[in-house]
Amino acid sequence: MKHTARLEGTHLVARPARPSAARAHRRAVRWTVIGVVTLFVAVVIGLFAGAVRISPVGIIGWMLGGGSLTEQQKAIVAELRLPRVVLAGLVGAALSVSGCAYQAAFRNPLADPYLLGSAAGAGLGATMVIVLGVADAPLALPAAAFLGALGGVGLAYAMASTRAAGRTSTSLLLGGVAVASFLTALQTYVQQRNTDDLRAVYAFILGRLGTSGWHEVWLALPWVALACAVLLASRRLLEVLSLGDLEAASLGAHVTRDRAIVVIAASLATAAAVAVAGLIGFVGLIVPHAIRMATGASNRLVVGLSIVFGAAFLILCDVLARTVVAPGELPIGVITALIGAPFFALVLRRSGGAR
Amino acid sequence: MHRSPSVRRSVLLVSLLAAFAVACASSSTSSVSVGSSPSPTGAYPLTVDAANGKVTLAAMPTRIVSLSPTATEMLFAIGAGAQVVAADSYSNYPSDAPTTKLSAYEPNAEAIANYQPDLVIYATDPGDLQSSLDKLKITALSEPAAATLDDVYAQMEQLGQATGHADEAAAQVSDLKSKIQAVGDQVGDAGKGMTYYYELDDTYYSVTSDTFIGAVLAELGLKNIADQAKGASSGYPQLSAEYIVQADPDLVLLADTKCCGQDAEKVAKRPGWSDLTAVHNGGVVELDDDVASRWGPRIADLLQQVGDAVQTQAQAGG
Repeated sequence: MKHTARLEGTHLVARPARPSAARAHRRAVRWTVIGVVTLFVAVVIGLFAGAVRISPVGIIGWMLGGGSLTEQQKAIVAELRLPRVVLAGLVGAALSVSGCAYQAAFRNPLADPYLLGSAAGAGLGATMVIVLGVADAPLALPAAAFLGALGGVGLAYAMASTRAAGRTSTSLLLGGVAVASFLTALQTYVQQRNTDDLRAVYAFILGRLGTSGWHEVWLALPWVALACAVLLASRRLLEVLSLGDLEAASLGAHVTRDRAIVVIAASLATAAAVAVAGLIGFVGLIVPHAIRMATGASNRLVVGLSIVFGAAFLILCDVLARTVVAPGELPIGVITALIGAPFFALVLRRSGGAR
Repeated sequence: MHRSPSVRRSVLLVSLLAAFAVACASSSTSSVSVGSSPSPTGAYPLTVDAANGKVTLAAMPTRIVSLSPTATEMLFAIGAGAQVVAADSYSNYPSDAPTTKLSAYEPNAEAIANYQPDLVIYATDPGDLQSSLDKLKITALSEPAAATLDDVYAQMEQLGQATGHADEAAAQVSDLKSKIQAVGDQVGDAGKGMTYYYELDDTYYSVTSDTFIGAVLAELGLKNIADQAKGASSGYPQLSAEYIVQADPDLVLLADTKCCGQDAEKVAKRPGWSDLTAVHNGGVVELDDDVASRWGPRIADLLQQVGDAVQTQAQAGG
């Protein structure tokens, strides 16, 4: 901790100490620029690559209002490719930023968006809707996944916030583990009773961006934007929370309430992502850690970087998903795990396992 | 920690698909032909040469348990329906089939034995079904997924043989053959070069011409757009929406009307799909998922449905 903190009422104001402040600032600017450039490059690649070869010049021309593209090519770019890139970005940002938030709030490097029962809850919600045969009702699937995700986290929170549980971050994590196991078991039970719907359930569980359009983008955007804004605004809080409950309290943080805000915002982002894209693993774990290892920065900076790098990461994973076996598709969840795990190991080795 | 179930599930799905593909591929090599010296109807004991080896039936089976929806359909078609005492949970056709809670995917030998069967017919053995039935001294006949129409005919004949309905089976087979022939005659050259996209679910899983349904549709001279993705995943590739839109198939065959509630109206509303030829010319065909995923006698009805659409498309296309 290279800054001092001073109490103003219940608000916490952190003041960086002078000499390191300039360096930290330069680092923040440098990495922010790198992040934004990476995201831009990812978007460009995402737009140019696909199962159908469309000339980049034509795409640029179309974006500038001109057009050498055929009607069909325009439809492919405007209605299939562009929304998919945007959605991958939104989902990647949501999963990464909530991973970062959970890791800080629970001071646990293994915490990720799926830890607190949110994925298991979303999986159960989606499975129920599919099995009941109402999955094609408008919004039924995303709504059920959304409610399931929030329900899972809520249950974990309720379990951990009893007096006996001691309301510590550890009890919340343990509550999440119990809730997730229980909900996963329920989901598996329902699924096995309805093997007819196995394919639809697996499609959800493996994650899917392949059938998305602008509809899904508009569904997810408000929640993801809100959650990102809240978490960005709480980035100092995250740094304080990551010190530990006692230290945070001594610095004036209202630990229980502050952690609740962070967890709710992160869960909202996760739920929105899961609702539109299914369960896409690994992103929330590896992106924030990779950023921490690469930049050596604290959570204050990692929150913002998680948004841009998370978006870029998932856009690029999706490019692979739709080009490697083109005109076939690979499930995005398989790509994130296949690419993510070795990449993570590499960063871990090179950084000597920083923090 | 919570990722592991979902990763495990991804692995499971991939292996399921692979197993499915292998099962379909191997069925083409396994012989389902009737033994070289067929016994006349009613002459038991008789031996048939099935996919699970030579199977000897001591007497005409009167308590059949069918763990295959296709076999159930065939048994009823050839007049052996009255001998079926129990059919698995997915045997939903014909309506008088004795559907039970027996699972074909996770068969429970004890539950099957409870029906005191003298013959069990199954299409897939996910593990030790055959060996469990052997231990219980229950005669079992494997009739795996067909790869070609000839496999279908051979299976119907074999079931007729085994159940004492060889003549009816032969009549049903020739009826089926003539129905399929009639669709071919009716369509003529209209289907030559016409392209189709066959949809297994609403995430664009499809089939190539290497599959049974692909082989059946090839009878009409249709070209399958999923064949481009052949190298990627045997038989059942997941196609990219971009590719489907670009391929602009003449026919969109929906085999996901039940599983996923898809219909022509929903297809037209998909992003980027509204300008497809099939959508404009009424080439979106709503198939029955069950018929499409089985290899039973109703395959002729499915082919007729597609044949009608081919003719409509040929007229629309000029």
